[in-house]
Amino acid sequence: MSSLTPIAKNLWTEEAEPHLIGGRLPSGEIVFPMPEGDAAAGVEPYPLLRKGTLWSFTSQEFRPKSPYEGPGEGPHDFKPYLLGYIELPGEVIVESLIVDAAIGDLKLGMPMEFVIVPFNAVHTTFAFRPEKQS
Amino acid sequence: MSDVYIIGAGIHPFGRTAGRSGREQGVFAVRQALADAGLEWSDIGCAYGGSASSGAADIMVNELGLTSLPFVNVANGCATGGSSLASAKYAVASGAFDLALATGFDKHDRGAFNADPASYGLPAWYGQTGMMLTTQFFALKIQRYMQKYGISRKTLGLVAEKAFRNGAKTDHAWRRTEVDLDTILNAPMINDPLTKFMFCSPAEGGVALILASERKMRELGADGVKIANISVRSRPPHSFEVFQAGISVTEGGKPTELASKAAFEGAGIGPEDVDVAQLQDTESGAEIMHMAENGFCADGDQEQWLAEGRTEIGGRLPVNTDGGCLACGEPIGASGLRQVYENVQQLRGRGGARQVPGNPKIGYSHVYGAPGLSAVAILER
Repeated sequence: MSSLTPIAKNLWTEEAEPHLIGGRLPSGEIVFPMPEGDAAAGVEPYPLLRKGTLWSFTSQEFRPKSPYEGPGEGPHDFKPYLLGYIELPGEVIVESLIVDAAIGDLKLGMPMEFVIVPFNAVHTTFAFRPEKQS
Repeated sequence: MSDVYIIGAGIHPFGRTAGRSGREQGVFAVRQALADAGLEWSDIGCAYGGSASSGAADIMVNELGLTSLPFVNVANGCATGGSSLASAKYAVASGAFDLALATGFDKHDRGAFNADPASYGLPAWYGQTGMMLTTQFFALKIQRYMQKYGISRKTLGLVAEKAFRNGAKTDHAWRRTEVDLDTILNAPMINDPLTKFMFCSPAEGGVALILASERKMRELGADGVKIANISVRSRPPHSFEVFQAGISVTEGGKPTELASKAAFEGAGIGPEDVDVAQLQDTESGAEIMHMAENGFCADGDQEQWLAEGRTEIGGRLPVNTDGGCLACGEPIGASGLRQVYENVQQLRGRGGARQVPGNPKIGYSHVYGAPGLSAVAILER
């Protein structure tokens, strides 16, 4: 995994326990992702919470067309994946891949935690997974 | 503003037509609409139309005739048809023109639509990681809705079963074979909880509507249906729409609710007055949620409505009488106008095997599309 690079720059913080980077508007509202270009004027980068609750979820059972750059070569080695929205309390609801779970494990409102995972042969990406009981 | 009527309606059958371009399907529909109204192309004063992937609509004049009319190209996603109709209506209502054309057509590749993140102002990673699919949005929206309001998977299946049953009775539909509930529920999953038969597919087709002032309609002795009102709305703050990497924790409004409310208020009628409705059903869940967003029932009541068959052709409020997007497929530029075409046919009593009984007087149509647009048209006989 050490040879993999993030799918995008400045999407999450570079630290032992990374945070997704959202934006704080002058009004105080938190948005995700951090706006770019002229839209970023007056918006402060804002590290988002690492824990939240599941707002909705679904599965992706067929291989998306371009611009999808997921693992594998084509339809023959496509593995369905899960995705959903995670509500970060008081901040924003972010869309994310969901890992370490089966569709039947997922329930609205369940605790979820942030994680960086390998995505394809060259990149890592962000995801959420059901919070591990310690 | 004066009243505006639809006096001609034409359609090229939806589905797949090898060897005929999207624009040619549009021209086919225009010629049918002209014949229906008893008009020549040279009679039309102005035109509005569009397609998402079959080129500019104004090129149709090559085939229809170089009459020098003003022809405005409309590109408004799934609301292209609704926007064309609204523009044509305003052109006639203002008194600038007596006869206007609203048309839309398309011809899409097989498989789900793929969108370009940059054209929606989104970062590349959103598409690269596989989260920018319209089908996912509808699944995510209905998944939450089902759990919040107690909608069952069976009800999702009943919506699709009805669509194919109605499509089997419709000349212009693509899917003309009934599919039973078990087959629908047990079909391969696309995006949980939605199976293959619960999604519409990109398709081909063309629709044309000819609008006339009341004076012109009477002069021609045409069989017209009045446009009681049209409303087009884009998204309000904090709404939840297609292609959003982040949603506000504050719950916002919905473009469909805004368009519906404005259309009803402007028409001076309410949901209880509607006799037949065409609601955007890109998938089964959309029809269910749009029943409530358009004011026809409370959230959660759909479970009982479907169980009792209230949205069947013989029910209290027939919904998607031609099989909707599920049975007709979705050629983006034509889809919204197909709904209006279907209401025109129903209100004129030309529905054939799918005719709503009891001489329906009020027809309602609704489209929804990325990035959060809605158009509602109410017709009155």
